[in-house]
Order: sequence, then structure tokens, then C-alpha cells
Amino acid sequence: MGSIMDDGRPIFIQIAEKIEDDILSEGLPEESQVPSTNQFASFYQINPATAAKGVNLLVDQGILYKKRGIGMFVASGARERLVDKRKEQFYEQYIVTMIHEAKKLGITVDQLTDMVRRGDESK
Amino acid sequence: MKPVIEVKRLNKTYGSETVVKDISFAVEENKIYGLLGRNGAGKTTIMHMLTAQLFPTSGEMKVFGENPYENNRVLSRMCFIKESQKYPDSFRVADVLAVAATLYPDWDQAYAQQLIEEFRLPLKRRMKKLSRGMLSSVGIIVGLASRAPLTIFDEPYLGLDAVARNLFYERLIEDYGEHPRTVILSTHLIDEVSNLLEHVIVIDNGSILINENADELRDKAYTAVGSAQHVSTYTAGKRVIHQESLGGMMTATIWGKGDKANRREAEGLGIQFAPVTLQQLIVHLTSDKGNGRVAD
Repeated sequence: MGSIMDDGRPIFIQIAEKIEDDILSEGLPEESQVPSTNQFASFYQINPATAAKGVNLLVDQGILYKKRGIGMFVASGARERLVDKRKEQFYEQYIVTMIHEAKKLGITVDQLTDMVRRGDESK
Repeated sequence: MKPVIEVKRLNKTYGSETVVKDISFAVEENKIYGLLGRNGAGKTTIMHMLTAQLFPTSGEMKVFGENPYENNRVLSRMCFIKESQKYPDSFRVADVLAVAATLYPDWDQAYAQQLIEEFRLPLKRRMKKLSRGMLSSVGIIVGLASRAPLTIFDEPYLGLDAVARNLFYERLIEDYGEHPRTVILSTHLIDEVSNLLEHVIVIDNGSILINENADELRDKAYTAVGSAQHVSTYTAGKRVIHQESLGGMMTATIWGKGDKANRREAEGLGIQFAPVTLQQLIVHLTSDKGNGRVAD
């Protein structure tokens, strides 16, 4: 059983993100079949209707597509589209917050870029 | 789609005491419902009326479109597993399962066998010699293997350890996925089951407090954490259902959606948002301290 981290957002959105993560890390390559909603439900111990909702969200966005009678597959070009979407989110989630916090502490943009470089080198 | 259960203005009184007050709700086909609430809220009374073990004082009630009382068409399609199930003294585990096999048309004997092994039940032991947890396991096995189109579990796991409870959740989700049916789960272990539920009905003092899709309910409330002064400023004009302060800090649980505008306002005040679990939400709404009465 996998556990779903509960960050308070609707579970179907968290499920959709887990699938996105899998596509991004190429655990689920393009044109490969994704597990069924029942498999997702069992694995994460969630209601199958919720799992289906998460999968359908990605179908609506063209990340997954349905092959009649067979199942769900990862669309071609899905990974690239997800990378673009996540970059946009990265800006909102990390950069905006970072600059907000930096301003509070009186860190200038130059100092901030230095810190980013330092962080990159130490890795 | 026709609902599996339709209840209109249902009442149950004992003498001068009203335990179920004017309750109306519908249960849709092939969904997992949580029937939640405090002890004595009226959940068990409602389930006993739905399963024709108790007469309502007034109101209308239909199960599979019909009145359930002495109605075999309805009763053969439902399975009610209750906490305090009594068995004849001479019954062994095997006898209970044999009777269940004749009661439920969709009974799956092979599946029952598999569950007996997984729950490690001694088939030959007398029911009255079983531990509390084992008794609960018998109920769970009957409930799952019956595959009844309407299966009701009332606090099914008294005395059951965490491993066995987890096994129950796993099997329930799995079997429900393969054989969709309507399930009503009444329990106090809200955190454990919250992800399994598609719909939540909360009963408080004999009335319905919440009747909501589980996903939407998740979005209904959030907690704001920050300095007491700023949180007070932020919560002004908002519906606070719970509030606590420690030193100069305050947490307030707010009934409402924490949308982008709220987030921006909160950020400006140095307030952070935290999610509210279903369990916390229900505790806040149903505890006497709670100042949250939400009608809508």
C-alpha cells in the first residue's frame, strides 16, 4: 500500500500529481499504459471514484488518453507539456515565495543569485 | 439514476425523547458513504430503521424503491453488519458462514474462505469463545463476502488491531472496485477511513449536520495560523468554527474556501494556512465547545 500525503487539497488532485510525477521521472514513459483506476485505488487506499477523477483530470488536459476497451495511456508529448506546466508552477511556488521572504530579511537580488550559485555548487 | 435509499422527514421518538429529528437524505448507487457523528447522535437508530429492525415514528423511507418492512425483495439485497451482533449459543464460526451463504444471493464462498485465512479465524471455534476482535472479523467477512448491493457496516471493528483494520480497508477498496455496490460505513475512526469515502453524512443530535461529497468537504474549511492580533484581524467577518491561542499565537479554523484572495490577504499578515482533516472538522463542528453551527 502506498500512502498519500495529505496536504489538505482534494485527493483527486494529489493523485493526478502523483501520475504527473511518474511521467516526469519517466517511470511512466509516453505511450505506455497507466495502471487502472482500481489499481490506483487499492495502492493508495482511496475511493476508486476519487482515483477516476484524478485520471480524468489528466485526460481532460490531454496528458493521458483512453484506448477503448484496453485502458489509459500516456500521450505523446505529455512529458514536455508537463515540464512547461511545472516550470510555471515552480515560479509561482518557489520564486515568488523566495523573493517575498528575501525582502523580509533584507537580502538583495544579487545576494540571492549568489546564494543560488552557492547552493548549486555545494550539491 | 434512482437512489438506493430515499429518506424523507424521518423521525424516531422514545417517549418524550426525539432521537432522530426530521431527517431527509438520499443514498446513490455504488458509492461508499460515511455515516459519521458522536455517540448517541442517532446513527445506529437510522441504520436500524433502514434495515427494517426498527419502526420510524413518522416519515417516509424507501430502500431500492420500496418499503423495507417484511419485504424480502429489499432485505435479500442488503447486509447489515452491526457492532453488537448476537449469535445462537451453539454456533461455530463455520455455522455463521453457512447461514450467511444461504441468506445472501451474491455470496462468494471462495472469497469468504480467502478472508478467513487472511483474518486467521478458527472455523471450528464457538462464536461465544471468540475474542472481541475475532467477532468483529466474522462480521467483516460476512459483510464483504455477501457482496450485497447495499452493505452497511456499523462500527465493524471493535477490538480489531491495526493490522486487521488495514486488511479490511484494503479488501473493501479492492472488492468494491471489482464488484461495485453501495456501502455505508459508520465509524469513529474517521481519519482511517476518510480517503475511502466518496460521500459523507454527519449526524449530530439526531439531525443532519453535513451531507456532502468528500472531496468538496475537504475544500470547505481551513486553519489559519499566525500572531493572535493578525489572526483576529483576518478572521473578522469570517465564520470561525474553532479557535485556540497559545501565548501570542493563534490558530483559527475557518468555514469557507481558502482561495487565492484569502491567501494573499493572509500572506500580508504573516498568516499561514494549514489543512483541516475530516476528523478535525467533525470534532470542531460537533463538540459542545465548537461555535460552529453550519446549516448550509
